[in-house]
Amino acid sequence: MRVKFWGTRGSLPVAATAGEVKKKIIAALEAANGRQFTSNSEIATFADSLPFAVVGSFGGNSSCVELIGASEEHVICDIGSGARPLGHAKLAAYGPGKPQTYHFFVSHLHWDHLMGLPFFVPIYIPGNRIVMHGCHPDLEAAVRLQMSAPCFPVDFSQIGATVEFDILEPGRDYEIAGFKVRAKLQLHSGDSYGYRFEQAEKSVVYSTDSEHKLENRAEQHTFIDFFRKADLVIFDTMYSLADAITVKADWGHSSNIIAVELCQDAEVVRLAMFHHEPIHDDAKLCSLLDETRRFEEITRDGRAPLEILSAYDGLTVEL
Amino acid sequence: MQLTVSQHASATIVAPVGRIDHASADAFLAQVQTLLATHGPDSPPLLLDFSAVDYIASVGLRALMVSSRQAKSSGGKIAIVALQPLVQEVFNIARFNLVIACFDTLESATKELSACE
Ligand SMILES: [Zn+2]
Ligand SMILES: [Zn+2]
Repeated sequence: MRVKFWGTRGSLPVAATAGEVKKKIIAALEAANGRQFTSNSEIATFADSLPFAVVGSFGGNSSCVELIGASEEHVICDIGSGARPLGHAKLAAYGPGKPQTYHFFVSHLHWDHLMGLPFFVPIYIPGNRIVMHGCHPDLEAAVRLQMSAPCFPVDFSQIGATVEFDILEPGRDYEIAGFKVRAKLQLHSGDSYGYRFEQAEKSVVYSTDSEHKLENRAEQHTFIDFFRKADLVIFDTMYSLADAITVKADWGHSSNIIAVELCQDAEVVRLAMFHHEPIHDDAKLCSLLDETRRFEEITRDGRAPLEILSAYDGLTVEL
Repeated sequence: MQLTVSQHASATIVAPVGRIDHASADAFLAQVQTLLATHGPDSPPLLLDFSAVDYIASVGLRALMVSSRQAKSSGGKIAIVALQPLVQEVFNIARFNLVIACFDTLESATKELSACE
């Protein structure tokens, strides 16, 4: 199984500013100081040696994660703005002549998790089949609302693909597109749902926009069970612990500290930090990743190490 | 987790020992809250001497946040003193230095907290 991140930013899409790009160029030129390059490939090799915050970027699209398994049908978590490049990639791969089936698993109906749908070009192509899975009874109403006047110029009724809505029951196992899937209710304004996917002895949990109350140990145990021995847990690490339990309590998000503790208790193999705070630039997100890895190291206490990465737009993880 | 309390003219010193985790955080919070119940603007500061605390989990950090809020609402002063290096790192990563004042030594804490009367 492979997991491809198309959108990893929380709350709303962002783009790097001119000032941020300039900072990267200055850092690269500083690192190259005094060097002579004789070919483009030498330059490319040098670029690859630079830190991710200099040569790379987390990107700025909102939540959209693809799960690539054995089925030819496509499985995608959330339809944030990352669904736009995902749609273009699918068109490039399959063209308009080969109808495809796309399964979207929707965590909740907030805008940053739905806004990519009108820009997901496969919905305009007759023959394609879109299945929207979710636990919110008003999923269809929310999807129709954002594609209706005055929100958007193209009405939902005008899209060419067939669209089905499939309301799931949390806690029940379903077989969908070759995955065993189970949803779990999470604490978030208007409710959100996490999804656990299993296929061929591998498991991925997508758990974003989920607040964890430290005083509620019983509820934490339900998440430890949900995450149990997963090969990858994609987790909302938007805030620091201090913010998450003080000024931003009840805002519906979590922290790197809680992520590591729950994954340690659940014996998770790999944690992906996700739903990045829009205020943070690449350097900040890289330093948060370093700190989170350090926190895991100093709290490991004889357990197997938890591998930690910070998801970025375009990252593919092989499980 | 054990905890000793000693009253001094300049401070009440609470010294927990060991780990503040899921097994001990509730008891730790209850004891600190009992002390804070009689704590007011005129009381000497409550100093949590962390020199013998070698691990704190998020639930323990929450206990400190709740204690700090309670102290503030009654006009009293509370601070952490003498964090071990690894626990200090956890405080930094969790950004808890913004939630509760931390000092290197009991002396610096009492000096600083009595100076801001
Ligand atoms: Zn969100
Ligand atoms: Zn949300």
